[in-house]
Amino acid sequence: MSKARAAIVAGPQAAIKKARYSQNNTVWNTLFKRILIGIRGLILPVLILGIWQFVGSFYDVSDTLLPTPAAIFHSFLDLIFTGELWAHLKISIWRAAVGFGLGAGLGLLFGVIVGFSSRSEQVMDPTFQMLRTIPHLAVAPLFILWFGFGELSKVLLIAKGAFFPIYVNAFLGIRGVDSKLFEVARVLEFSRFHLITKLILPAAMPNILLGIRLSLGVAWLGLVVAELMGSSEGIGYMIMDARQFSNTDIVFVGIIIFAVVGKWTDSLVRVLEAKLLKWRDNFNGDDSSR
Amino acid sequence: MSVTIKSVHRTFKKSQEEDLIVLDDVNLHIKKEEFITIIGPSGCGKSTLLKIIAGLDRKFHGSILIGGQELTGPGIKQGFIFQEHRLFPWLTVEKNIAADLSLNDSEIRRKVDELIEIVRLKGFEKAYPRELSGGMAQRVAIARALLRNPDVLLLDEPFGALDAFTRTHLQDVLLDIWKKKKTTMILVTHDLDESIYLANRLVIMTPRPGRISQIIEIDMPYPRKKTDVRFQAIRQQVLTEFEKSELIH
Repeated sequence: MSKARAAIVAGPQAAIKKARYSQNNTVWNTLFKRILIGIRGLILPVLILGIWQFVGSFYDVSDTLLPTPAAIFHSFLDLIFTGELWAHLKISIWRAAVGFGLGAGLGLLFGVIVGFSSRSEQVMDPTFQMLRTIPHLAVAPLFILWFGFGELSKVLLIAKGAFFPIYVNAFLGIRGVDSKLFEVARVLEFSRFHLITKLILPAAMPNILLGIRLSLGVAWLGLVVAELMGSSEGIGYMIMDARQFSNTDIVFVGIIIFAVVGKWTDSLVRVLEAKLLKWRDNFNGDDSSR
Repeated sequence: MSVTIKSVHRTFKKSQEEDLIVLDDVNLHIKKEEFITIIGPSGCGKSTLLKIIAGLDRKFHGSILIGGQELTGPGIKQGFIFQEHRLFPWLTVEKNIAADLSLNDSEIRRKVDELIEIVRLKGFEKAYPRELSGGMAQRVAIARALLRNPDVLLLDEPFGALDAFTRTHLQDVLLDIWKKKKTTMILVTHDLDESIYLANRLVIMTPRPGRISQIIEIDMPYPRKKTDVRFQAIRQQVLTEFEKSELIH
């Protein structure tokens, strides 16, 4: 976000900078700042890995309990070269994508419908709120019973998770539109179509994007549950399988893959956020006025 | 377009038993191309009256005629400028002016460019509202209303939140627009100098209940000077009128 922000406000700031420094200096400055931001994010993980490796190498810790980072990295390379990792990852990403698409799409649709009319809110919202609180693990057996061990039950389980965050947030976003701007829309004689496309959707966009981010996170969580409850491929299966053979290093590889892909998809949405919400003028945590 | 306000009454429910009379039998005829300012202390119902003329407030008794036609509701023919600019924060200046109209339409494009010129915002077409000062944002709001060729432009303390310099500048911009576009203007304010500086006729309202207490014709040529003797005389006249109404209450 901060990088994108920097690019957005570059207009007036760049002009000031140009006056102060030479062009060349500015480029180096921004590059240096970016590297600094990257390093800040790495401090904690590197420190933890260092201590972890140190403890693993110099004290007697069982590999089944806690393999060292080096050992985990080694099996990670192994999994890549055999092609096993990619095969598992591919099917996992496919499940997550389809489940997310289905769940988030329906969530957005119903969030918008319920947001627009209080009658549909009265009819549908109580039911959705009830369903929302049911945990994945409670319905997983039912889903297997109804939809079998195949892809359908997994995709539906992921979709169930992805549905609610975006549903709740789209609904909130629409209800949060400033009534003063509605008055403007009345004075300007907006058609119903323009009321939605020019006022309500843009105003609700911050919430909708937040919903998408949360939904993506939940989709990954749903994926783990879906793959752990019974499958023959996928990252979740890889973890299950490795655990049974006490290959803890592979369990770690699976966990790290989940974390990295999860973070990566989140970053994608944030890029989208920076693009769609560049009109916003909010505090970005970087108090440069001091 | 002329505006006729005929015996308008408006009451707000204060509590179960008690009603608050906000407007009590207000009558006013505003001629075509006239510049009217309505002045009065807060709570005299001047903003309510403006909202009624705009069609935003429908819970009144009496009638409003615009160009001889009965008012049916809010619309682009009664352009409204709010106290705050109320721009869409996600649209750039030019898109805010166009709003629901498409800039791809060459006729709209031409008019928008022309209006940006009139409100003196050249170079800011692609800026977002957060990048604008209060005065600039209010000028965008004025351009947005003007694009729809309103029969009458209603302004509800449009410069109230601005500093003195910006306010004077915008008053000149407004006079400029009025000269060019010949739009009937109704401006509500609590700034005495502003109302005398702009108006053909100055309407004084007094509160509890909201009534028109006096209408003053100002036939001084534009641009007016605030230091002018006649300007000061009118100022005194209005102040005396307010003092009178203070004595009554």
